[in-house]
Amino acid sequence: MRAESARLARVLRPSALLPLAAVALALVVGAVVIALDGANPLRAYGALVLGAFGGWEEFGRTLEKATPLILSGLAVTVGLKAGLFNIGAQGQLLLGAIFSAYLGWKVTGLPAVVHIPLCLLVGAAFGAVPAVVAGVLKAWRGAHEVIVTIMLNAILVNLTDWLAGGPWQEKGQAISRTPAIADSAAIPRVAELPLGFFVAFALAFVVWFVIERTTFGFRLRTVGSNRNAAHYAGIPVRWVTVAAMAMSGALAGLGGAIETQGVIGRYEPGFNASLGFDGITIALLAKAHPRSAIPAAFLVAILRAGSSKMQADTRVEPEIIDVLLAVILLLVAAPIVLRTLLRIRGDRQHDELRLTAGWGS
Amino acid sequence: MSRAAVVKLVALAAVALAAVYAYNGIDDVKTTSVLSASVRFATPLVLGALCGMLGERTGVINIGIEGQMLTGAFVGFFTAVATGSILLGVVAAAASGVLLGAFLAVCAVSWRTDQIIAGTVITILATGLTSYLYTPGKVLPSSVPPWKIPLLGDLPLVGRVLFDLPPLQYTAALAAVALHVLLFRTRWGLRSRAVGEHPSAADTVGVSVWKLRYLNIALAGGLAGLAGAHLSIESASTFERGMSNGLGFTALAIMIFGWWKPFGALAGALFFGFLLGLTNQLQFDKVIDIPPQFVSMLAPALTIAVLAILGTRVRPPAAAGTPYTKE
Amino acid sequence: MTVADDAEIVLEALHLTKRFPGVVANDDVTVRLRKGEILGLLGENGAGKSTLVKMLFGLYRPDEGEVRIRGEVVQVRNPGDAIRRGLGMVHQHFQLVPVMTVAENVVLGAEPRRGPLLDLRAAARRVRELSERFGLAVDPDAVVEDLPVGTQQRVEIIKALYRDAEILILDEPTAVLTPQETDELLQILRDLAARGVSVVFITHKLREVMAVADRVVVLRGGKVAGETTPAQTDEAGLANLMVGRTVVLHVDKAPAAPGAVVLDVAGLVVRDDRGQEAVRGISLQLRSGEILGVAGVEGNGQRELVEALCGMRAKAAGTVHIGGADATHGSPHEVHALGVSHVPEDREKDGFVAAYSVADNLVLNRFDERPFARRGIRRLDAVETEATALVERFDIRTPSVSTPMSSLSGGNKQKAIVARELAQAPVLLVASQPTRGVDVGSIEFIHNQIVAARDAGAAVLLVSAELDEVMGLADRIAVLYAGRVVEVVDAAEASRERLGLLMAGAVSGAAAGAAR
Repeated sequence: MRAESARLARVLRPSALLPLAAVALALVVGAVVIALDGANPLRAYGALVLGAFGGWEEFGRTLEKATPLILSGLAVTVGLKAGLFNIGAQGQLLLGAIFSAYLGWKVTGLPAVVHIPLCLLVGAAFGAVPAVVAGVLKAWRGAHEVIVTIMLNAILVNLTDWLAGGPWQEKGQAISRTPAIADSAAIPRVAELPLGFFVAFALAFVVWFVIERTTFGFRLRTVGSNRNAAHYAGIPVRWVTVAAMAMSGALAGLGGAIETQGVIGRYEPGFNASLGFDGITIALLAKAHPRSAIPAAFLVAILRAGSSKMQADTRVEPEIIDVLLAVILLLVAAPIVLRTLLRIRGDRQHDELRLTAGWGS
Repeated sequence: MSRAAVVKLVALAAVALAAVYAYNGIDDVKTTSVLSASVRFATPLVLGALCGMLGERTGVINIGIEGQMLTGAFVGFFTAVATGSILLGVVAAAASGVLLGAFLAVCAVSWRTDQIIAGTVITILATGLTSYLYTPGKVLPSSVPPWKIPLLGDLPLVGRVLFDLPPLQYTAALAAVALHVLLFRTRWGLRSRAVGEHPSAADTVGVSVWKLRYLNIALAGGLAGLAGAHLSIESASTFERGMSNGLGFTALAIMIFGWWKPFGALAGALFFGFLLGLTNQLQFDKVIDIPPQFVSMLAPALTIAVLAILGTRVRPPAAAGTPYTKE
Repeated sequence: MTVADDAEIVLEALHLTKRFPGVVANDDVTVRLRKGEILGLLGENGAGKSTLVKMLFGLYRPDEGEVRIRGEVVQVRNPGDAIRRGLGMVHQHFQLVPVMTVAENVVLGAEPRRGPLLDLRAAARRVRELSERFGLAVDPDAVVEDLPVGTQQRVEIIKALYRDAEILILDEPTAVLTPQETDELLQILRDLAARGVSVVFITHKLREVMAVADRVVVLRGGKVAGETTPAQTDEAGLANLMVGRTVVLHVDKAPAAPGAVVLDVAGLVVRDDRGQEAVRGISLQLRSGEILGVAGVEGNGQRELVEALCGMRAKAAGTVHIGGADATHGSPHEVHALGVSHVPEDREKDGFVAAYSVADNLVLNRFDERPFARRGIRRLDAVETEATALVERFDIRTPSVSTPMSSLSGGNKQKAIVARELAQAPVLLVASQPTRGVDVGSIEFIHNQIVAARDAGAAVLLVSAELDEVMGLADRIAVLYAGRVVEVVDAAEASRERLGLLMAGAVSGAAAGAAR
């Protein structure tokens, strides 16, 4: 019996048990907050599930929400694998989103098979730009990527705000937003299912393969696990750092582009507000494993997609989802809490997630 | 305060004053308004930067300042509304900051969570909870009157800019002075700095790393809470969703700018406050037309420039970011 | 000097046991210390010396047993407790805050005050008093990070004396000192003991124990293996006690048969991390089939020299040729391609990736070469085949090749690194501290492998802080001092005394002109 449960724990422990427990506990915490606010948590959660899975349309919308989340989760994951905490996925995603929108309405007359991938690539490229800046500063100047990407986020939020409310604003609009993209740039749906989702889904596997099976991925992981040993082994640490940031930023930018071309149809400030930060939660929930980013993103998407029905039916405000996600993030980052609660034994070394050691280098 | 620091501060003030006068001529009203705005804008930045500095000096990175400010603004405002007492509101704001600081300490010290993530959690949690619990349409029982300091307050220009302020603006400056003395002249300060530079050196002479980290991070949180109280109670007389608006991150930039020193933080915050105040006035006068977004980009852009130019010569407390374990 | 058997017992560790997951670090250890006595605590790496003193100093809690100080049973919960009871400790890794002054470091935790404020002037005065009284010269206002290691160690001792320590524990205090500095330290310890301070001196160096200890306790495998006095035994006897079997203290090797010049270094200048010149114009030649030992106290440019040769550090001036090819500006990758293997000084930091499997670590510098990768895709089956063969050939004790490297013992980690570096017969082997922190069995194995590599035609540059290792293995010895080669001597003619003098910078007649 004991052996059995130990085996079960061993099977579940590294991949699934802790994240699932984190989600469960977060839901309990959320329920307490909702109940304290005078609403019925069970009804609220029921409405949330209906809102996410109630029909093909709802399911399609959940997949739609999951798409940029998979990509921002992958962006953070790639960074983590290289020992970099790309907290700037948010800004990179915004830049990708607005440039894909720009190309989407400025360029017309292209066939969709050219226009769609062109906009996606431009989005990815512009997502990579700020990430590369952070990577270069890290590699050559020793500036910590966390502080640099925080600052870049602040800059990029303002820059995209200004573009959407200034030079790139839709004519005759009072609010800040760009014109709608051309039909040829919009990612179509198959039945109710957004095509972009399948792109993100496939990319999760591509990223997994690159990280785990290629020499590039080996270099990247070696730099992430032990920079000194990587240098010793002849790996060009600086270039790998920049390449990893580029890859991370490109994935975030692509997420923004898919959101523009597949969902919003233009760039409008505030529509992508938390996608990049959710990427941190997703990457940690997935234990920095590229393929696990899919279920992790899907889970976050359920919460986000279902929250509007929850608000409509039970008047519980969608901000509660931020609270849930913060609790999930905390619990996956501090596994000691769950281990104590659930009495799971685990070795500390494996748990410990150390992304930062000072701002210096 | 070291002599060099005094000289720098005075020089900065003189240059600022000269610039304003050069533009405004003798227009005293405008000059006063620019400088008063500078001091006002600087207030939450000083408090936030001191919060971050105290944490890092003791070895804990705090990027949850933004969340602590927002929570302080929320709790302070609604406590003042509910109790009808401004003072209780301010106290509650500080207390909420202390509480979140203690939470950061639990994460960073006891649970050994990655400190960046712990800070991110605080900001996300604060943003979510304050938005979720927010009820619009409340008003403060009264606004906060400025306290005019006798004699000094009657001085021309300086009197109105520096000695006729609402209380939390004085608090910010006093906090910088107090922290300077405490950090560099007292037993607590020496031990705190040792814990932030080389925790096991402190531990092996019987200084409790654990206790000092808890104490200092909690205290630091109180400063961020006060910054929040300044935003909602003192400055805006209301609460809005997300009203800290990135100031917590700017404060982090100012902490680096000020080289992890209290007077550095004060000078840095006044500098940015002055830039903001001046551009506002110039925009208002239609002399320049810089989109406000570009003004907001200034602090982060300068921080990146400093990091890029100085590179590894930027030297934060050595143990900041690393949890401490015995061996 | 001797201490009477009836002198007061000041410290007793009685039947102490400490277990860690998977290992009993201390097993029923009993040690007694008398007033004014110098007790040598001798043992190999991993014998349990550090665990024992950490329990005494309150850094670990014993699972069983008790500690008595002056006859009284005490619970030492933390270092503060230990200090209050008159214990002082000089840690192997100095516990000093680099950016603070000597005075600040000394008083930290027991600061003099004037009113509510710190009294740093009184602190400086106390430091000056102590340094005069005990003959420990330091400047109280100097910033610690600017001081040489020998001085930093004195600061540590003053720190303990400031707290009125009557029992002083020193953990491997001579590892970073020159033979002369070591002698000075030993004299300081004798003086302290004469003033009634009791000293526990932890080391794995037999000579020092013989020179200074009144009594020696030997630990092996977490247990007390024996207790003796220098008068009753000799170095060989202590070595046997320490290792548990007869130790061959020298390596069997045939005379060298040097061939063509493999490594040619001319006028090499290298800067350290702080931008200071650490290597100041080194020229040397190394032929195939010979071992050139580099002797010197740590921090005299060895690390920078090795890193520069292996392409890991930029060179400020000079040239490096390897096998005739210009390798002056080669990256680590390019240098490796010239047939250079490198056993790094700091195994844990540079030598391997702890989270990776043994197999991945065994191909760490060849992962992108055939057959381990093709067109950028890794071939894991080829990696496994190679790893299995190396594990066999180099006797690496591991459950499997997919075991994470972090779970191997120190000796096996080092054997894995040596295996990786000798997997393809190297043209030049640069081995830096190849046996540091390794058990005796692995030391012998690694030494034999290095000699075998030489005999197979490799040129070997051996850098070691252990003079015995250099003298035992090398064919020629280059002594490094302050970034220069003071002299190159034939190993057969080198004496310990002469090398010690050279290591301390006593410039020989022949080299005087060149070095200045």
